[in-house]
Amino acid sequence: MNWNILLFQVFPYIALALLVIVSIQRMRNKPFGVSSLSSQLLERNLLYFGSIPFHWGVLIILLAHLLALLIPQGLLWWNSVPIRLFVLEVTGLVLALWTLGGLGVLFYRRLSNRRILAVTRPTDVIVLLLLVVGIVSGILTSVLYRYGSFWFPSVMTPYLWSIITLQPRPELLADLPFWIQLHVFNAWLMLAILPFTRLIHIITVPIGYLWRPWQLVVWIKKNRRQAAPSSVAKAEPGLPESRTSRGTD
Amino acid sequence: MNVRAHVSMTFHLDKCIGCHTCSVACKNLWTDRKGTEYMWWNNVETRPGTGYPTGWEDQERFKGGWVKRNGQLKLRLHSRARGLTNLFYNPALPELDDYYEPFTFDYQNLFTAPEGDDQPVARPVSMITGEPMNINAGPNWDDDLGGSNLYAENDPNWEGVSPEIQAQMAEIERVAFNYMPRICNHCLNPTCVAACPSGAIYKRGEDGVVLVNENKCKGWRMCVAACPYKKVYYNWATGKSEKCILCFPRLETGQAPACFHSCVGRIRYLGAILYDADKIATAANAETKDLVQAQLDAILDPFKPDVIAAARAGGLGDDWIKAAQDSPVYKFVKVWKLALPLHPEYRTLAMLFYIPPLSPIVSTIEDGLFKLELPPDQVDFELFNHLEKARLPLEYLANLFAAGSVEVIKPILRKLLAVRIYKRRQSVERSIDAATLKIVEAAGTTPEEIEAIYRLTAKPTLQERFVVPPYHREMATEVWNDPLAHKGETGVGFIELPVRGD
Repeated sequence: MNWNILLFQVFPYIALALLVIVSIQRMRNKPFGVSSLSSQLLERNLLYFGSIPFHWGVLIILLAHLLALLIPQGLLWWNSVPIRLFVLEVTGLVLALWTLGGLGVLFYRRLSNRRILAVTRPTDVIVLLLLVVGIVSGILTSVLYRYGSFWFPSVMTPYLWSIITLQPRPELLADLPFWIQLHVFNAWLMLAILPFTRLIHIITVPIGYLWRPWQLVVWIKKNRRQAAPSSVAKAEPGLPESRTSRGTD
Repeated sequence: MNVRAHVSMTFHLDKCIGCHTCSVACKNLWTDRKGTEYMWWNNVETRPGTGYPTGWEDQERFKGGWVKRNGQLKLRLHSRARGLTNLFYNPALPELDDYYEPFTFDYQNLFTAPEGDDQPVARPVSMITGEPMNINAGPNWDDDLGGSNLYAENDPNWEGVSPEIQAQMAEIERVAFNYMPRICNHCLNPTCVAACPSGAIYKRGEDGVVLVNENKCKGWRMCVAACPYKKVYYNWATGKSEKCILCFPRLETGQAPACFHSCVGRIRYLGAILYDADKIATAANAETKDLVQAQLDAILDPFKPDVIAAARAGGLGDDWIKAAQDSPVYKFVKVWKLALPLHPEYRTLAMLFYIPPLSPIVSTIEDGLFKLELPPDQVDFELFNHLEKARLPLEYLANLFAAGSVEVIKPILRKLLAVRIYKRRQSVERSIDAATLKIVEAAGTTPEEIEAIYRLTAKPTLQERFVVPPYHREMATEVWNDPLAHKGETGVGFIELPVRGD
């Protein structure tokens, strides 16, 4: 086994396995620890200049990556006119710099504000460092190896699909420059640590808020009437935690 | 008719002495953990004042409650989509300094300080950072009108009160204030529930207690901003929101909540009321001036046969109907019509009702002596007939309890005064004169009703103040827990230590 297979074939599957299994385990068995861990109550001025650019920037950039994965033909069609390619690349670069700026503010805020330091855990710093690596290596990739949106459909799209379809082709990345390989590996690494860190809040985004009823009323007795007289009866969602297992801590 | 029961509350502000025993009882029971130091699920405010957190009634800033736009109720905080886009930064969220930075004192220094010329002191230490700090605010920072020119003057409820009266209230000889204890109102139409993106907050169907499911809460903190009373708090240590739980573990074992039970002035009453859930939408959507009446209309008479039949059909047991019939809250709110919800204009249909306070008549000072316009035995009558001369301006009380409508406040104060005048004549002069009976009639009450109000106000027993319906939770536990496993667990249902996750 060489490095290429280890980093881009074996590790991605480890990362995905961790992502799925640990996330489910954590959401089911230790839901109290799952939170966005907002620190806006403790500090709000810097957060405004950090959180908003960072989150929106990273969200749009990730969506762009996803689109390139799902509809590479569309990307190629768009890039068939040079000016459109140029617009796309510049937009991406500006977004990345905007995101990096926001991340810088967040990093500074976390390490300089005494109140924020009081709620900072080692994993928080690790997440921030990995994000810096991810964004910087992404920016270097787009600047040094032009044009990312042009070669992504022919290299990254097949690679990612090969992982998803369980027919891995890590050799696609073997000859790529260091920064690109770092960017890809860093992405897998972030997926691997996602369930162990505050990044888990990504998978709790409450999309259901768009259509749920305004008011929630939970009946205990009505539920009881419907429930089987067994001690392991399932409660309806919304009930205070209804697990039968003992505490894990 | 969709009859539901609600464990509801009444606070008699005339009886509150501002001792904060309720706050301390609650703090000791629920919020003495890390991250909750600044939370006061129960707090006692001095009015006029800006309350806690400072200026919580300023909804232009904090965006709490509902607003009526084009005949439709909307959250003032956000639309559904805006709620999601504000996840990254909630512009209406109060920050810690709107409350205060929790502190303790470095008492150890009193013992360990090296010998020197100065007396060692216990310096204040932040309970967040652990570092020495300067205390700039604290709970009840404006207690008893402390710092009036910073706090009481900026009370949003001065709106509509004439500048002369406001100036009068600032004079030291004419100053007047009352205490207002606040807990979660356990609203019928709560905005915290509606604003929670995760759907973690819910209202219990059986008794109406509004609770946060700590396991579903993801710390998006929309509830904190959306609650117009600022009674949901964000735990900065665990990243979860917490609020008053009306001591439901105590309720379920037949005890009144800790703040009720410990109340020294015995101002608090608790009891079940029956309401029509189908009328919630109508009541919340009423015209501003009709809001109080619309809410009262949603509360049902537990003695009416059709209400009883509907309640039984809705699954309410006879013991709960009996509890609703004995409820002191029902009497104060619906029968005697003495109690009002705090800020009905927020349209959340608060289920905590306040009996507004009486105040002495305005006096003037001549030669250093208080001077009243009338001889002392006439003073009561003077106030009764000239409520606009009360020291706490009617408009101010109306802004607190009646969405600005003086006409809602006036009959209540007149009835309370009638009770006071009648009982004073009875106990001091041993006879009721015709003038007093005229006042009783003018207040729209009767000697019998006065006796009943007096009895429940002045000398109720514990059982009369707190009519906790039987919960039968001994039969409910097995629904979601193995009783043997449940026995080994402690607290309010945590089977996982409530510690911050990574």
